[in-house]
Amino acid sequence: MKSKKQRFLIAATAALTLVFGCVESVSAMHIMEGYLPLNYCVIWGVLCIPFLIIGLNSIKKTIEQNRKALLILVMIGAYAFVLSALKIPSVTGSSSHPTGTGLGAILFGPTAMCVIGVIILLFQAILLAHGGLTTLGANTFSMAIAGPFVAYGIYILCKKLNLSKSAGVFLAAGLSDLFTYSVTAFQLALAHPSEVGGFQASFVEFLGIFAVTQVPLAIIEGLLAVVVMKGLESYARPELTELRYLEGGN
Amino acid sequence: MKKNITVVLVLLLLVVAIAVTPLLLIKDSEFGGADGAAEEAITAINPNYQPWAQSILEPPGGETESLLFCLQAGIGAGIFGFGFGYLVARKKYQKGV
Repeated sequence: MKSKKQRFLIAATAALTLVFGCVESVSAMHIMEGYLPLNYCVIWGVLCIPFLIIGLNSIKKTIEQNRKALLILVMIGAYAFVLSALKIPSVTGSSSHPTGTGLGAILFGPTAMCVIGVIILLFQAILLAHGGLTTLGANTFSMAIAGPFVAYGIYILCKKLNLSKSAGVFLAAGLSDLFTYSVTAFQLALAHPSEVGGFQASFVEFLGIFAVTQVPLAIIEGLLAVVVMKGLESYARPELTELRYLEGGN
Repeated sequence: MKKNITVVLVLLLLVVAIAVTPLLLIKDSEFGGADGAAEEAITAINPNYQPWAQSILEPPGGETESLLFCLQAGIGAGIFGFGFGYLVARKKYQKGV
């Protein structure tokens, strides 16, 4: 039954996109201004506030303890700034962009990236009409909280499993990218449950479109994170040691 | 060191390959961006939904939008490159450390 409804939904979407004159499927990126009902905007926004406060404190502490790390933090922020401006074509025939927040989470902890993520989202919402101020809370939660926490968790897990540093960085950055957009799909499905299949049908649809588009981009983000990490390992050993990314000689 | 450079180059080539492959495989798509298309999906699910807020500054067209996105990437890449340049030079001129 359900699959029939899903098929109907997909057909409806396809028909609609055809009406708009181009074969185009939904690609991910941020939730658009005004497309999340007010109550959800408020809930996601409030959920973000504690993470932001902890993040600000965490950044303050990191910089107080080792001033040198500030340069790395700025570079990691700039890296995320660049990545979230690059809309890369994907296998679904639409484009989306990576998040760039996973790498910083590995070095500075997940909450520090909340602050950097918000800055990027604000820039895009105000100047680029990309994302939005009303949906800032929801977008912050997916890109600047959920993604970095997953990256951090996966990196720790890989370390426990004795995987190589590169493998850990790749998996952490890639999966956090993918997870960010799964959360976006979840948020949209929660706010826009389908009339026929409810939340689940919407979620499956959004996830199908969003996550599939993001898979190649997640791999790209994982590879780029490894490249940046290799560079930092070669040229920023003192900082990485202070940040406890490199331990002792290694 | 040399091994690292090879690994980095291979990884970067892989990145380019992954980004270009869809362009070669899918011919009948414009690779449209998110915003408009995602709105359509919501309209399909919930035809009565009206967006209740508007972006405060909307770039007038594609050219201005691409300018701003370039600016974002440019600023980011500039800062990132400056940082890496600093680190590379530091290592080069501090041979003892």
